[in-house]
Amino acid sequence: MSTAIRAIFAASALLLAAATTALAASEADYKTAYAAAEAANKEAGLLRNQWTTTASTLSAAKKAGEAGDFDTAVAQAKEAEALAKASIFQATSEKERWKDMEVR
Amino acid sequence: MTRRFAIRAAIATLALGVLALAPAAYAADSVDPAADKAAFQKFFTGKFPKLKLEDFVNGPYSMNEDLHKQWEEKEQFPPYEFSLEAGKEMFSTPFKNGKTYADCFPNQGIGIRQNYPYFDEKEGKVVTLELALNRCREANGEAPFSYVKDDMAALTAYMAFTSRGKPMDIKIPNDPRALEAYQKGKEYFYTRRGQLNFSCATCHIQSPGERIRAEVLAPALGILNAMPIYRSEWSGMGTTSRRFTTCNSQIRGVPLNPQDDEYRDLEYYLSYVSNGLPISGPGARP
Ligand code: HEC
Repeated sequence: MSTAIRAIFAASALLLAAATTALAASEADYKTAYAAAEAANKEAGLLRNQWTTTASTLSAAKKAGEAGDFDTAVAQAKEAEALAKASIFQATSEKERWKDMEVR
Repeated sequence: MTRRFAIRAAIATLALGVLALAPAAYAADSVDPAADKAAFQKFFTGKFPKLKLEDFVNGPYSMNEDLHKQWEEKEQFPPYEFSLEAGKEMFSTPFKNGKTYADCFPNQGIGIRQNYPYFDEKEGKVVTLELALNRCREANGEAPFSYVKDDMAALTAYMAFTSRGKPMDIKIPNDPRALEAYQKGKEYFYTRRGQLNFSCATCHIQSPGERIRAEVLAPALGILNAMPIYRSEWSGMGTTSRRFTTCNSQIRGVPLNPQDDEYRDLEYYLSYVSNGLPISGPGARP
């Protein structure tokens, strides 16, 4: 095998390795995503407006994380973060918007 | 016209303008419970012109004739009877120190349900009947009851029963903190929450009488007058605290803790706008 071809093989092997790490989430990825979701949900709690779905999605993330399924764990944690952020948005916009509903 | 006069005229106009604007701006943000109550009651009597004011207190049963017949049948063998008897017994049984609940309340606790919640000017907060009952227990060395379980339901059932027919009579003292509590309760009532983005008003003002799953929604007017309630779906009794937390979680909102300030203020607001409607508790529900 020529050195040129060997180099190409080596390079594609490297590429493959890079691609798989991008696909498969690590425990660290999960921990980061989970911490972000938890922080957002805590903020929603300070606004007295947590959603039950945020809590259940967070626990699904935790369960997957503990089982070593970090792909699922990261996906669930990101979903939980999105839910928590939506609840924060809701609480903030309702500060004025509730008045539209009032019977006058 | 002299220059001086022109300036004076301009200032006068400005002042008038400010005066004219000021009350309008104030009205938009002012807290006027009496006006709120009038508008609230008018909304419901206008929406259900056949109902008398006192009929609203029967929740879903007030909403149509078939349901009302069911209610009359139920009242002949009321499912809350057991709880009521238990409450009466508990109420008259002395604590370990020999005192009783009667010692904690005006008029020995009889016929006073319509005055709760009240604003306690010493504490600067709203005090509900459930809270007052637990404070009475604790002041006498007894452990507090769960706000969502049978013992609390039984006690409040008995106290409501001795007050049946008395018009709800919630007072808002001339104290800025009382007005603030009232206003916060109103804000809580109208604020959308939970993943479903519903406020209490979405269901109990915009849709009373409509069905949600198998249930007919109660109107917000008089919605606390029948508390506590027996519900077939719960196969048991439920306190006001139980109802508030359940209504929060069914729209996928995490409920607060029973008797948190928000719920106390909410109860204050909802009871005040139902002033004049009779106490009918304990109630029975499908
Ligand atoms: C998704 C709609 C919905 C929302 C939002 C909702 N509830 Fe309810 N509520 C119900 C249903 C369903 C019942 C049971 C049927 C009935 O009695 O209306 C009920 C019953 C009640 C009752 C008992 C009424 C009775 O006479 O039996 C009270 C009190 C009550 N809700 C208060 C509230 C408060 C306060 C809020 C806001 C924190 C709220 N609800 C939000 C659906 C809702």
